[in-house]
Order: sequence, then C-alpha cells, then structure tokens
Amino acid sequence: MFKKITDVKELRLMANTVRQDLIRMLCEAKSGHSGGTIGLADVFTVLYFNALNHDPKNPELPERDRFILSNGHVVPVRYAVMAETGYFPREELMTLRKLGTRLQGHPHAADLPGMETSSGSLGQGLSIACGIAWAAKYDKKNFRVYCSIGDGEAQEGQIWEAAMFAAQYKLDNVTCFLDRNFLQIDGKTEEVMALDPLKARWESFGWHVIEADGHDVAAIIKAFDDAKKVKGKPTIILFRTTMGKCISYMEDCAGWHGRVPNKEEEAKALAELEAQRKEI
Amino acid sequence: MGGISPRAALAADLYGNVQKVPGRDGFGHGLVELGAKDKNVVVLCADLTESTRTNWFRDKYPDRFIEVGIAEQNMMSIAAGLSIEGKIPYLSTYAVFCPGRVWDQLRVSVCYDKRHVILSGAHAGISVGPDGATHQALEDMAITRCLPNLTVIAPCDWLEAKKATIAAHTHAGPIYLRFGREKVPVVTTDKTPFKIGRAEIFRDGDDVCVIACGSLVYEALIAAKELEKDGIDVMVINNHSIKPIDAKTISEAAKKTGCVVTAEEHQVTGGLGGAVAEVLAENCPVPMKRVGMPDKFGESGTPDELMAKYGLTSAGIIAAVKETVKRKK
Repeated sequence: MFKKITDVKELRLMANTVRQDLIRMLCEAKSGHSGGTIGLADVFTVLYFNALNHDPKNPELPERDRFILSNGHVVPVRYAVMAETGYFPREELMTLRKLGTRLQGHPHAADLPGMETSSGSLGQGLSIACGIAWAAKYDKKNFRVYCSIGDGEAQEGQIWEAAMFAAQYKLDNVTCFLDRNFLQIDGKTEEVMALDPLKARWESFGWHVIEADGHDVAAIIKAFDDAKKVKGKPTIILFRTTMGKCISYMEDCAGWHGRVPNKEEEAKALAELEAQRKEI
Repeated sequence: MGGISPRAALAADLYGNVQKVPGRDGFGHGLVELGAKDKNVVVLCADLTESTRTNWFRDKYPDRFIEVGIAEQNMMSIAAGLSIEGKIPYLSTYAVFCPGRVWDQLRVSVCYDKRHVILSGAHAGISVGPDGATHQALEDMAITRCLPNLTVIAPCDWLEAKKATIAAHTHAGPIYLRFGREKVPVVTTDKTPFKIGRAEIFRDGDDVCVIACGSLVYEALIAAKELEKDGIDVMVINNHSIKPIDAKTISEAAKKTGCVVTAEEHQVTGGLGGAVAEVLAENCPVPMKRVGMPDKFGESGTPDELMAKYGLTSAGIIAAVKETVKRKK
C-alpha cells in the first residue's frame, strides 16, 4: 500500500509540483483543458497522496479504493498525480495527447493500469461508481469508491439518476466530489443552467453533503476523512475551487476551459509557480 | 430439390401444428438456469420486470436482482461498474430504450472498455403491435452493429433465445440480444446447433438463398415450401449472428444459388440486410433484395395486420424471391 503523506506543507509543495507538471504537459500537448485541471491540483494531490488506499506498483490490488473519473476532460491532473505517486515514469507525461500514447486526451482505461474506466462523455461515472459500490456491498468488501464530477456535469440527467440509486441502495461506501468552480465552456454555470441551490439539491436526493475549500489542503484532508465516517447514505463533497488557481492570467476565466498556454504563457506560469513555491 | 437440412434438426412438426412461444421467454428461462449455476450473475431491470421475464430470476434470486427504476442510462453504466467487480450483469428493458436510448452509455461505459455486459432488447420489431411506432424497435441492430467490440444476436425463437442467453454468459465482451414480444413458432430443437458468429443452413436449395433472422426465419421456411410449387428451390439460412457475421457461409450460399433475399423485422438500412449487402458487395456480388421496414416508422395495429401490411411475411418473401430470381443472369 502507498505510504500516505499527512504533512500539510509537504502536500502543498506536491500540489505546486503537480501544477508545474500540468503547465508543461499542456503546453507540450498544444491542446487540452487547462483551467479545470489546474484548479483541481490541490484536491487530486490530497486524493492520491493522502485519501486513497492504493498501491501504484500494484494497480489491480483487490482491496484498493476505486477512483472513477467521470469528468474525463480533467484527466491531465490525474495523469500528473499518478506519475508523481509512481504509477509510471514522469517523462511519460510529455506524451499527453500524442499518437501512440497511453495518456489519451480523454482517458482510455485499457491503455493505462490504474485508470479504472474510460470517460469523456459526461454524466456516466457516478453510475459506474454505483455499480462498483453495489458489488462491493454484495461481496462484503471494505474498499471505498471515489468519483470525481464537474459542476457543469451535474446538468446531465444521468447524474441525478445515479444520485437516486445511490441513496435508494444506501451506498455509504461512495464518496463523490464535485469541482464547484462555477464555470463551464459557455460561461458561468448559474447563467448557462443554474445549479444552485446545489447543496440543498443533493441533500434532497438523500445524500450527506460536505462543503470545503478545494484549495485548502487541511480542509480537503478533513473532508475526505469525514466522508468515510458517514453511514447509511452516500456522501458528496462540494469543493469550492477557482478555475486555473495559482496562475494569475488563468484564474476564474471560462476562456481557459478548453485552451492551453503558449510558450510565453508557459514561462510566465512556471515563474509564478516557482515564486509561490518559496512562500510555502 | 433441396430440403430441410438434417444437421439443423428442426422441429418435427414444422409445417403442421407448430408450438408458439414468445422469444423473451427464452431469456427468462436462460437467466433462471444461469442464476443457479453462477452466483456472479446479476440481473438489472428498468421497471419492466414482467414484460422482460426477468421476474422469474427476481423471484428466485432477489438479492441478485437490481431494480433501477425508469433510468435506462443509469442502468447501462451501473452494469459496467458491476462487471468491473467480476459480476456478470444482464440488463433488460425494451429495445427502443436499450440500445435505443442508451447508445452513448453503451458506447463509452461498456464497449470502449470491453465490459462483459449482456444487454437485452425486448419487444423488438413491429410485431409489438398496438403500442405503436414509439415502442417498435426497428433500428436497434443498425445502431449496435456499428459499435466496436459489441456482438449482436437476433435469435429466431424462444429456444434459440435461451441458448443465446446462456452462451452470452461465457462470451467475452459486451453482447446485445434481441427478442420479440409475440408468440412465434418454435422452429428449432435442443439439437439445433447454435454458435455465436455462425449462420446455420436450415434448408438447402439451389436457386435462391433467403437469409433471415428472428421471426422471419419461420416465414422464410414457409415461403421455401410454397415456392417448391413454382419449381424454385430455396436455401434458407438462419442468421442469428448479426455481428460478427458469418461472411463465409453467406458468400458460399450466394455463389451456389446466384441470388439472395434478406428478411428481418427491422429497417432495411443498417440491419441484417445491410450487413449481408456489405458481405456480398465485397465477396460475391449477386442480385439481392431486402425484405424489412422500408425506411418508415410503424403504427398501431395487431401484430398480424402490421406484418402483413409491411410484407414481413412468407408472402412478402415469396414476392421478393420471384423478383430476385428473375434478375439472375
């Protein structure tokens, strides 16, 4: 099993490393989704280095926690934390989106041990997580099932079909977490198709809801820990995040959903991240 | 003159008082058998338990039956999750909903990751009858046949449906099984061969080959008998395996008989007729005619009225055969 990092400063440094990985990967790939992936760097760092029970050297370990990435377009952040935890060499990150790569633009499970499922068409992952969680309960297995979704993704009807199912079958072995950055391709979520009152909506569907700052490492650790203690119902964590967090020109800008930095922007982002690293 | 192939071991009273059973019953019986054999078999249904005959499994193995409510897309992706954990999920609803409604979930959650998920489409074809066009799946084979990794099977009667249900249990990857609602003649017996990917010659003949699936296999056999009177010797192939399609048997039959008629309860585009046309165009181009729905939606009516109106009968096949035989050089 992977040895967890509990030190907050160490995790913050790792999140900074992950952001630098992401900037380099996306710039090299010349296409991809920058804003959402960078905004999720803190949550994914805590997930892989602290919350998940897993073994990067044995991705099929039967008792591992399952992690289903439903919002497949943010997969670069998963690739980065997978490389940093030792699933594959860091150099491979630079093959993102290139012909013959295991790091497909949207994840392809068969290519990469530890990826669990393919995704890219939004709305399906929470249902898959429910299937896994049902089977785990049936077989009396103790692992947890994690599922990442985007906030815009919650506009998909299938998310709410899965929400009903998880509550009906009391799947308290599910921790779903939602990236609440209030942005989607066409603009602000509340203008495109309002999601609020999001907490009340999930609660009314029978879920335990935790709200947390998705950039506060200590708060992220606590949220994942608290979710494990909830019995009799599934839990969702609404992580309040800022798209493109830590990169000044990217922060909170919907335009960065689906584009990547050019060489000049790459240098600026890396300089900013290096400066921030010294402050940690 | 050819005749019923001994290898096919068809029902003894085929042209007499033949027994009639709905195809979906085969699915129900097959599931109950599998449930006893393998604890990993799990059945899912979306509020159509009795119609799809999954109530028989539910009553015997309630802890392995999952009711998902009216949420077919959810059902498909849940099945993918179950298969990840070693369960063998069979999911059931009407064919208009699965694969009709859930194509994207089928494509991404199931086919892309080669999950061993068995999806069944009940009430396929126009013989659903009075419910009308929304409930008559006539496009399901077209939209499944094009998906990589997916196997597509359209059994000809309840016994073959049962064999297909059981064969799917050990078949690698995802598989779609298509069943009708109505009672149809039981053409096959326990001894009739069934192998995924292999077309079976049910009747041998020299002048024309009728390639059929589902309820139209019986109609083709009736047509063959009638056409004996006109001196036309008809080969009949039961092509239950829409994908992978048995290109070898089909090409050899076309070469031997010199012309082909396909017959299916499905649109003429993209289904069995389309699949056979692709095989013949590449391997053995011969005159061909497709019997099926002519790019139209169905309507309300009794099953018999509808099958007659759209020519999905022995009479429709006979007319197509006569026209096609004339086109032979």
